[in-house]
Amino acid sequence: MSAAVQGRAGGRRIRPFDWRHNPGFGFFTALIMLFLYVPLVVLVVFSFNANHFVTVWTGFSLHWFVRVAHNGDIRHAAYISVIVGVMATICSTMIAIAAALGFERGGSFRGETSAMGLVMMPLVVPEIVTAITTLIFFSSIGFHYGVLNLVIAHTVFCIPFAMLPIQARLRAIGTGYEDAARDLYGDEWRIFLRITLPLMVPGIMAGSILAFVTSLDDFLISFMVSSAGSTTLPVYVYGMMRLGVTPEVNAISAILLVISAALALVAFLISRPNEAGAAAGGTVAATTN
Amino acid sequence: MLHMAALKTSTDGDRARMASVALSDADRPVTRMVPQPDPLRHLIEVVQVEKIFGDPTNGHKALEAINVSIEEKEFFTLLGPSGCGKTTLLRMIAGFEHPTTGEIRLQGRDVASLPPRTRPVNMVFQNYALFPHLTVAQNVAFGLEMLNWKKPDIAARVNETLALVKLDTFRQRKPAQLSGGQQQRVALARALAPRPQVLLLDEPLSALDLKLRREMQFELKRLQRETGITFVLVTHDQEEALAMSDRLAVMNTGRIQQIGTPEEIYDNPANRFVADFIGEANLIPGAALGRNASVVIAVRPERVALASPDMPARLRGVVDSATFLGSDTLMEVTVPSGRVRARIRGAARLAPGTEVGLAWPADAERELAD
Repeated sequence: MSAAVQGRAGGRRIRPFDWRHNPGFGFFTALIMLFLYVPLVVLVVFSFNANHFVTVWTGFSLHWFVRVAHNGDIRHAAYISVIVGVMATICSTMIAIAAALGFERGGSFRGETSAMGLVMMPLVVPEIVTAITTLIFFSSIGFHYGVLNLVIAHTVFCIPFAMLPIQARLRAIGTGYEDAARDLYGDEWRIFLRITLPLMVPGIMAGSILAFVTSLDDFLISFMVSSAGSTTLPVYVYGMMRLGVTPEVNAISAILLVISAALALVAFLISRPNEAGAAAGGTVAATTN
Repeated sequence: MLHMAALKTSTDGDRARMASVALSDADRPVTRMVPQPDPLRHLIEVVQVEKIFGDPTNGHKALEAINVSIEEKEFFTLLGPSGCGKTTLLRMIAGFEHPTTGEIRLQGRDVASLPPRTRPVNMVFQNYALFPHLTVAQNVAFGLEMLNWKKPDIAARVNETLALVKLDTFRQRKPAQLSGGQQQRVALARALAPRPQVLLLDEPLSALDLKLRREMQFELKRLQRETGITFVLVTHDQEEALAMSDRLAVMNTGRIQQIGTPEEIYDNPANRFVADFIGEANLIPGAALGRNASVVIAVRPERVALASPDMPARLRGVVDSATFLGSDTLMEVTVPSGRVRARIRGAARLAPGTEVGLAWPADAERELAD
């Protein structure tokens, strides 16, 4: 406190606080990175272990990946995961497009903030609560249709993930292009198909990829909702772990990790701002040539 | 082919214009502050328009008592500082804003509550708003497609319009691949392609650099001549407004201050704001010149001369500075009531501190209510 007072009194010593020149900041950052990523590296490394121990390295082998590929149960669980993921992605993205259009282009309406809060609720409610309530809901109305249950549950919690990038994209586009189309005799439906929808595509791609990754990675809700014939991959992996951990689990996890990371990267690249489309909506810099 | 088409529209338009002139000359007052609505005569009429944003009782009053008539084939400019309501008025003619009270008539029909797509009016937006995912040709064709034109007709009109703005070789480019000046031309072509009755231009030249802006001023005049379409331009640049307009409306704080030809407005400013905003003006309190204390006398600097035997001084003062500008000398003279600027032809190197008399002919001064 006294330093701050002195700084103010000294006049020229005042300068913006700079995190990077804080002692120990680099070390602290390195420590966080270590805790975050070393377990992942270890997991991937041991998936190539020739031994069936998860902690003792003996030699390089693709044995466990071959085992995974030949395991019919794993293949079935992966198939269920992909089916559920694709269906939930399609449904949640379509709902998310409608919701984003409502929020960004529907004008202000009563209870807009509350509606936004309700849509975003799955992001803040503890997943275990959502999982249990979903299970109770399905049981109480006697809705037991295996994969369909999973698709419905996944669609619901994927909506906010799909909606955020779409809404951000709509906001970035602005209403200028649509106004121009209205001025050029366009009716609302054709403006949507010819102007708004094509310009939304990067946001839709990013949103649907995020939704798919979220669905693929989900464990708690899938665990509660899935039944005998409809086990998703994460739920199946959990079942395997109870029988003892083998590098087979490492191999599945490594595959899931790579797929998720790759999809997340694609989503990030697509939704990056400063793309030509978004830039043209702002002020156009004048050049002579 | 293109020229024939342009010629055809312009002769048709000329006939219409001659008719309207013949009608209007007989009973036209010299300065029309409040044009009387007459559905037969005017292309656009804005009648007693008021616009309040927000709450109707204590919201922000953007426009007040607006009355304007714009004629066919006219180049009309709405001129004023930012926030004066000129863009709001333009957006009302386009249909993006609706007046709180009053009427907007297009060819005598009240369109105030109709959406933009029902009005034969197109707009060139300030940031152009070219569709980034469509090519130049697709951008220009958009309005025609929305009007359900046939494909061959669309192709012909797109070619014709791109030739008109000299962009024939860029049809397959995307807007991001064009320079600012070229994007401006595409925006013009897109708005002109459906041959609207009115073209609205919202500060179209503000994003261009000075040289390009001069060039586009000539281009806009040429396009207006060749197409015979009424242009309504919004700008805050008084030089641009004086150079391009047939008539202009000077606006401030949501009200129209004066409507007239550039000459009328420059020579006969209606009030203190117009005198000050258009060109340069010395505003001298009436009392300093032995007149009524409630008036202000406006004199353009270029009309002020140094007193001579045949032109007795109206004011005496002390030279503050004299700047030689080549053809003129700009003098700042401190007089008892303040400061007067004089633009004197040729070199007049007077040292600061020299006592001078200032004179001007009687027809150089305008008496304005303070």
